[in-house]
This record gives sequence, C-alpha cells and structure tokens, in this order.
Amino acid sequence: MKHVIIGNSAAAIGCVEGIRRASRTDDIVLVAAEPHHTYSRPLISYLMAGKTDRTKIRYRPENFYRANGVQAKLGRRALGIDPAGKIVTLDGGETIAYDNVLVATGSDPLIFPAEGLDQVENVRTFTTLDDAEALLRSVTAETRVFVVGAGLIGLKCAEGLRAITEHITVCDLAPRVLSSILEDAPAAILRRHLEENGIVLKLGTSVSSFARAGAACTATLRTGETVPFDQLVYAAGVRPNTALVKDAGGDVNRGILVDTLCRTSLPDVYAAGDCTESPDACSGERKVMALLPNAYLQGETAGITMAGATAPTLPLLPMNAIGFFGLHLLCAGVYDGERTEHTDGQNYRSFYTRDNTLRGYILLGRVERAGIYTALIRGRTPLDALDFAALRDQPGLIAFAGPVRAEILRNQDNQRKREAAAP
Amino acid sequence: MKKIYVREEWCLGCHLCEYYCANANLGGGNMAKALKGRPVHPRIRVEDDGKISFAVACRHCDEPLCRKGCIAGAISVADGVVCIDREKCVGCYTCILSCPYGAVLPAEDGHAVQKCELCIQTAGGSPACAEHCPNRAIVFEEGGASA
Ligand SMILES: Cc1cc2nc3c(=O)[nH]c(=O)nc-3n(C[C@H](O)[C@H](O)[C@H](O)COP(=O)(O)OP(=O)(O)OC[C@H]3O[C@@H](n4cnc5c(N)ncnc54)[C@H](O)[C@@H]3O)c2cc1C
Repeated sequence: MKHVIIGNSAAAIGCVEGIRRASRTDDIVLVAAEPHHTYSRPLISYLMAGKTDRTKIRYRPENFYRANGVQAKLGRRALGIDPAGKIVTLDGGETIAYDNVLVATGSDPLIFPAEGLDQVENVRTFTTLDDAEALLRSVTAETRVFVVGAGLIGLKCAEGLRAITEHITVCDLAPRVLSSILEDAPAAILRRHLEENGIVLKLGTSVSSFARAGAACTATLRTGETVPFDQLVYAAGVRPNTALVKDAGGDVNRGILVDTLCRTSLPDVYAAGDCTESPDACSGERKVMALLPNAYLQGETAGITMAGATAPTLPLLPMNAIGFFGLHLLCAGVYDGERTEHTDGQNYRSFYTRDNTLRGYILLGRVERAGIYTALIRGRTPLDALDFAALRDQPGLIAFAGPVRAEILRNQDNQRKREAAAP
Repeated sequence: MKKIYVREEWCLGCHLCEYYCANANLGGGNMAKALKGRPVHPRIRVEDDGKISFAVACRHCDEPLCRKGCIAGAISVADGVVCIDREKCVGCYTCILSCPYGAVLPAEDGHAVQKCELCIQTAGGSPACAEHCPNRAIVFEEGGASA
C-alpha cells in the first residue's frame, strides 16, 4: 500500500501515526508546501514572546520522518489529484501514484479589500512560522502595530507582540473579543484583562480606509477615529484550502465534506483537519472546526482507515483552551439550553444544560480539571445519574455514583467505551 | 503494564500520598524539611467529601486524549507511560480541557502542566504514593486486579 499525505501539520502527523498503528510496512510519502520540519502552528505567538524557540516549536522530534519511514517532500506544493488515475501532481510536474491520499491542507488567511490598503506596505497575516519570523524581524519596541481581528489568532498575535512593543491596537467588527466562542459576560472580563495588559481594543467597528504618509500609516475607523500604525496584521478569518478536492470533482462546501472516517466523496481520497467540514457532535451541524485536537484526531482516524484497520471514531467537539497574559479560558460544546452562571468579577463559569445532558461550558480564571466537564458533553452522560450541582462548583469524580466512579477509576478505556456507545 | 490503582474503600483520606508525591517530585529528600511551610503541588489528588475519599492520578490511557490534543507536541508515550516535556509545554491547558479524569494539573509556576509519570524519573520507578500509602488504598500493579 502506498499512502500520499498532503500537508505537514496536526492532521498530517495524526495520519502518519494512524497508519503506523496499523501497518509498519506501508509506504508513506508526505508533501508539504512549507519547507519546515513539522511545527506547532499555535505556538508561533509563543515564539514571538520568547516562550519557545525554533527547536522546541517542532511538533514532533527531529527524527520523526525517519523513525516512521516517511519520505518527506518539504517545500513542495501539490497542484492536483487525479482520482481516476490515482495520481498526485506536484509543482515542477512530478507525479506520485497512490493507493490512498489524504488532503490535510489546512486553511489560508483572508485579507479583505479596504480603501487605501494598496498603499500599506508589509501587510502581514499570522498563521505560519514564516509570518512570525517576518514580524520578529520588522517589529521593534517603537513599532506601532495595528491588528485587524480580535478572534483567537488576532489576540494571540497581539499577546505575542506585546513582549516586543507596547503599542498594539486591535480592531474588530464584533462588539466583544473572541466573539465566536464567548458570550458577553466572560468577554467583558477578558477584555478588561487584555486592556490592563496594554492592548488597546477598538470593538464594534471596522476600518473604513487606510492612508499613508511617508513610512507611517493611518487607519480610519467607521467611528471616525484614526489609528496611526507602522505594521498592519490581518487576522480577520481564514478560508479552508479545498481546491485539490474541489478541482478533482469532490463534494465541497465551505470545507471539504467528509464522513466520520474522513472519507471524501471521491474514492480513496481522504481529508482531515482545518480544510474539512464535519458534524459537530453537539449540534449535529456541519462545521469547519478549526482546532488542533480535532485535526489530529481526524488525521489519526483517516490514517488507521487508510491502512485498512478499524478506527475508533471519537465525536468531535468545538473546544478551546487559550490563555492571555496568565488568564486562562477553557470552553467546549454549544451554548444552548438552560444556563447557570457564576462570577466573582475575576473568575467566571457558566454551564449549559438541555435534555438532562451538559451541552457546553465556559470557564475563565479557575479552570482546573475542566476535562471532567468535557467528558460529560462528549459522552452525553445523563446528569440525573450524578451530583451535578456539586460538580458545577468543584469538578471531581466524587460527583459520580460509587459504582460508576469505581469503573472510571479502574478502567481507563471506560471513557472510550462510553464514547463509542454514544449515538 | 503496571499502573496505579486506588481502592476507595481502604482510603483513610489522610492525604499522605499527596505529600509523598510532591516530595518525590522535589527530589525525594527529607520530607519534613522539604515541604514544611510551603504549599504542595502533588500530581495525585485526594477527593474527599467527609464521607468518601479516594486518590486520582493519571490513568496512562491507551488512547490518551491529552497527547492527541497537545498543541505543542509536548506529550509523548514511552513504554506505556504518558509523559510531559516541560521544556516544550507552553501551558495552554488543552490537556486540562481534554483529560476525562481531571488528572493533568497546572504546575506550580503555572507556565506548564504536570501529571503523574509513575515516578519513572524520580523514585526509581516505584511510585511514592503507593509505596507509602499506610492502608494499601493505592497499589501499583498489573491491571488493577486487587483494586
Ligand atoms: C496563531 C494561531 C494560534 C492557534 N491557536 C490554537 C489553539 O490554541 N488551540 C487550537 O486548538 N488551535 C489553535 N490554532 C489552530 C490550529 O493551528 C489548527 O487547527 C491546526 O494547525 C490545523 O491543522 P491542519 O493539519 O488541519 O492544518 P494546518 O496546520 O493549516 O497545515 C496545513 C499544511 O498544509 C500545507 N499545504 C497547504 N496546501 C498545500 C498544497 N497544495 N500542497 C502541499 N502542502 C500544502 C501547508 O503548508 C501546511 O503545512 C491556532 C492557529 C493559529 C494560526
């Protein structure tokens, strides 16, 4: 069997490890546009802040490809897949025949057109190691940085750059930070924390135009306010890289459509990670769940399946763990059903329950042992079988009925069985 | 593979396991000297509601969600033991979000996480919690036969 993997990040690495769980001998060729050894994309902001370095940012050890028998073609781009001839074409015209191919191409950042944007030099995005290195070269203590987008990527970029410069302004059309994963109350706490750490936030507005005078630029916001800056970073969304499957005639929506085993609509063509759209186990809706744990799990499932073995299919959940300047935010699931909320102004917790199950939660500040909550969502555990009121205040296995707890503590595979049993 | 198993009915709730764990991970010297007057950060935690008590530590899962989800590639499995590379960990807490047992905990400095690694680095591979549990409520054995 010969497997071709397109991509070199969480989903691609998950696939390599998945294949190797099932087969030591199948051939693996990995093709990646970026020239680097596999690295942890979410760590690029930590690189700017000096909290990791170019060696530690590696997602897997130096000898990973050799140890796993992977022929890695780094710095090469796949241009097309021919599903009938079972051939991948690379830049330069080289072709590779495959038995199975995985598309793990992730997403690319978007730059929305704005008046005067063409006058701004050095417009950057923030999704790759090269992006982070470019910013490290151009930003000094004097640089005034303007970030468009107060989502996860924009705020992580702002936090990372804050180690270098004090002059950072972030703008977002949404009236709150992290608008896709936070409700108003916790977003307000996080906003205050970011502001206390020197990030200037302009929320509920957007850029109406850019202008340039000499080396310095100015953004004029819809509110009429102006923001002078030297470096612009666009972090206002990403677009899944679906072209390889779309051009080959496969089904694509916003992301590549895949089933629970990561099969696309094309025979022997699989897809995993940020380039895909798959059912969210909470809402049942198809979503692009652009998160690293999901990318890895999908890649692993694809790999095991490609190698001909039976993969455990874990339900995929939206879930986030992010920290800014020492304040941790953990959240998972969907925010529907009945909400219970508690805050002391610093820490915040809310839980969403419906039909006797936990649907979602948001924890800010005190986040210890949150995975116990995530497991309740994933396993659709009936809440009347445990002391949920106690669990809400203090996550612990003690809230489970004795026999259930004994089973959990004894058998580490219990969770997996419960997950497998979930509809 | 040998793992730590707890026998809830034998647990006295004395919390000694927590002290021995913290001490082993500080280098295993004189416990009173090492821990006196400082907050301990053990990797095993006793849950206790006054009636029931038991200790919880990493289960070293066959399908470790902490490892699969780690955004830094800082968690690996060596001979069945799930280990954290403190140098690579950036303290994002995705593992805390993922672990169904609540067995991954923030490290003392908050910049990384820590969890039970079965004392492979510290007490010579014989977990200090099980070694010192006065009532054999924590055992280190194959498959949890007596648990
Ligand atoms: C700044 C930042 C912070 C983040 N923080 C978090 C976080 O805290 N937690 C979290 O869960 N997620 C986070 N994410 C998201 C996370 O990085 C992604 O979910 C994850 O990287 C997805 O992995 P992937 O393998 O699907 O794709 P990607 O990581 O996007 O990798 C895709 C790969 O495919 C290659 N490629 C694309 N097209 C081609 C082609 N035609 N031929 C060859 N190669 C190609 C690319 O070069 C790239 O190497 C963050 C992202 C960013 C940018």
